[in-house]
Amino acid sequence: MEDNNKLKIESRLAQIGSINEPVTGAINFPIYQSTAFRHPKLGQSTGFDYIRTTNPTRKVLEEAAAALESGDAGFACSSGMAALQTIFAMFGQGDHLIVSLDLYGGTYRLLERILSRFGVTASYVDTNDLAALEKVRQPNTKAVFIETPTNPLMMITDVEAVASWAKSYNLLTIVDNTLLTPFFQRPIELGADIIIHSATKYLGGHNDVLAGLIITKGEALSAEMAFLHNSIGAVLSPSDSYQLMKGMKTLALRMERHEYNALTIAKYLLEHPAVGEVYHPGLSDHPGYEVQNKQSTGNTGIFSFKVKDARYVEPLLRHIKLIAFAESLGGVESLMTYPAVQTHADIPLEIRDAVGVDDRLLRFSVGIEHADDLIADLGNALTAAQQEVEGGVHS
Amino acid sequence: MSESNNKQNSELKFDTKLLHFGDEIDKTTGASSVPIYQASTFHHFDIFNPPQHDYSRSGNPTRQALEDYITLLEGGARGFAYSSGMAAISSVFMMFSAGDHMIVTEDVYGGTYRLLTSILSRMQIETTFVDMTNIDEVKAALKPNTKAVYMETPSNPTLRITDIAAVTDWSKEHDLITILDNTFMTPYYQRPIELGVDIVVHSATKFLGGHSDVLAGLAVARTESLGVQLKQLQNGLGTVLGAQESWLLMRGMKTLGARMAHSERSTARLAAWLNERSDITAVFYPGLEDHPGREAHERQSTGYGAVVSFDVGSGDRAKAVLNRVKLPIVAVSLGAVESILSYPAMMSHAAMPAEVRHDRGITDGLLRFSVGLEDIEDLIVDLEQALQES
Repeated sequence: MEDNNKLKIESRLAQIGSINEPVTGAINFPIYQSTAFRHPKLGQSTGFDYIRTTNPTRKVLEEAAAALESGDAGFACSSGMAALQTIFAMFGQGDHLIVSLDLYGGTYRLLERILSRFGVTASYVDTNDLAALEKVRQPNTKAVFIETPTNPLMMITDVEAVASWAKSYNLLTIVDNTLLTPFFQRPIELGADIIIHSATKYLGGHNDVLAGLIITKGEALSAEMAFLHNSIGAVLSPSDSYQLMKGMKTLALRMERHEYNALTIAKYLLEHPAVGEVYHPGLSDHPGYEVQNKQSTGNTGIFSFKVKDARYVEPLLRHIKLIAFAESLGGVESLMTYPAVQTHADIPLEIRDAVGVDDRLLRFSVGIEHADDLIADLGNALTAAQQEVEGGVHS
Repeated sequence: MSESNNKQNSELKFDTKLLHFGDEIDKTTGASSVPIYQASTFHHFDIFNPPQHDYSRSGNPTRQALEDYITLLEGGARGFAYSSGMAAISSVFMMFSAGDHMIVTEDVYGGTYRLLTSILSRMQIETTFVDMTNIDEVKAALKPNTKAVYMETPSNPTLRITDIAAVTDWSKEHDLITILDNTFMTPYYQRPIELGVDIVVHSATKFLGGHSDVLAGLAVARTESLGVQLKQLQNGLGTVLGAQESWLLMRGMKTLGARMAHSERSTARLAAWLNERSDITAVFYPGLEDHPGREAHERQSTGYGAVVSFDVGSGDRAKAVLNRVKLPIVAVSLGAVESILSYPAMMSHAAMPAEVRHDRGITDGLLRFSVGLEDIEDLIVDLEQALQES
């Protein structure tokens, strides 16, 4: 393990769970489906007692995730939302959180529909604006929660600046690193305390496993999270832990292809007459371009764009053939999402309007198909949409 | 499952329902087992007609088959599958809000006790622990902000019996939601919704799964409106069961009837054998003639279950027995094909302070035997040698 941490990240990813199995030498770590573990003697334990508390297969995944994110401990959960709920259970009556304005709809729902009933309050701000953070900070503020890039508008937050501001007030910095993954960005190295992932996305990468991960820095925080993880019980199963590890082994290859495809298609759409704004932090005129380059070594595979006319949306989604119209992102297959009605339906209209999630916005999770095929599919669908809306005007 | 299927199947005998629950045949291919839909997301063929399942946290066809299955078995309106029994219980508790009060059985599972006293307490959910076998004590705990009553019967590990109908009748008068952990009996022996309970929860890791190979929790709501609330929480909190585990659990549930019947016969024999021994100071099993609450238990259940607890006299002797038995797994958990011998004081109830634990009859000499499918005579010979040497 010590030696492994000196390896390049590609090597560490490929070897997750390999050479860890001491009995048979199996190259892939076995799936321990057992719920209970025999105690050698009373008061003695093999380190495993009950599957919810810890499980050999889940443990390999958790240790790998912690090492990849430069944290001290990892916790695998049954979904990204389960991971978030477990983290938020640290807080209680009277606590206040500062949260990214442009955030995932499920996070907003958890905060406003469930945690609010337990006296936890949240302020939503542009987390890249330190003056705005300062303004909403209260004596009872406990943490800052950042998504960078945000979903779907790809706003970039300077993690180091926020973490150091948070530290000066003893606030925890929690970063959702789902979109970049530790392959491109390691927020703990920039001062964050807790990392959360919807591992369903790039880490798993195959749209075939629902999972969440928490990574903590520091002994006390890790112990607290272990207590909550076990007590709430929203843990990941051994078979899903194995599936996730299997996906993570190809993370480096996939992210490189996702990045290349997404940037290529974003540049294509910039030039397309049916498309207005393109939100991709790898484009040099993106407001977060410089910070993104400073804190990350690459770009994610999703970006968003606005068609010029909201009426294009329905025919566009109807005409795409290769690209599936579905929620979620980060898989090998390309998916397109209409945030205003799918992922962000739970966020009130005024907040959606303030950040720009309107009825012209589409989010594209670019898969690892060949970019030319994706461009052809998108081009055909855009042309068809334009023709339908403009009443069959052919050029 | 279609509603007509559900209705049709609800008229079958329980043992038949276990195998013919509506989704036992795959509609597309005729496969004799529900497919494992290992998909996180689903394509929308038409933007204006979203598919039934659009994201696996919100709904997955394999998990849905399991959820419909347990709904049918418990006789409720809607069922939900979670990543563990504690995930089921913690998700159900999130129905409540700061300032709410719950009346909870004092011999509640240690993990539920920990959740209530160290996490929900921070969210200002207040709990009064009562002797649930005494309805007067339950009534005395009522406050203006009481929202729910939480039962386990038979309780773990001393198998104390709560009169379910007495509690639900009283709770209805005060608009309280009743929740019951039915892990020990399973719907094979006890269907609390038929007795007026609003929400049934399960650690399905135990008898329902039955093979010590899947961690899972289930909840069933009696009414559609409670079902809608639980659905929102399950999706919002994301504490769902994976597709693989959902399939494994259904596979285990198909043999629930056969397993429960066999284990119960063996447990009755073991309890009688223990009861005859002068070196055993107490035996707790609802099937014993003198077990307190036996009458209520027989009114509300069709069997006595497969867990027996007994006191070997002292902590030292209990530890010696645990180190000498050869057949049962010495481990936490219960309800499996393999027999499991547990030491509540140091395992399931270790999270409970010693004085509270002693007050609740969980003495240092108490052992809990979850009887599996081995031949009972082999188990008795093994336990006898362990007791004789200790």
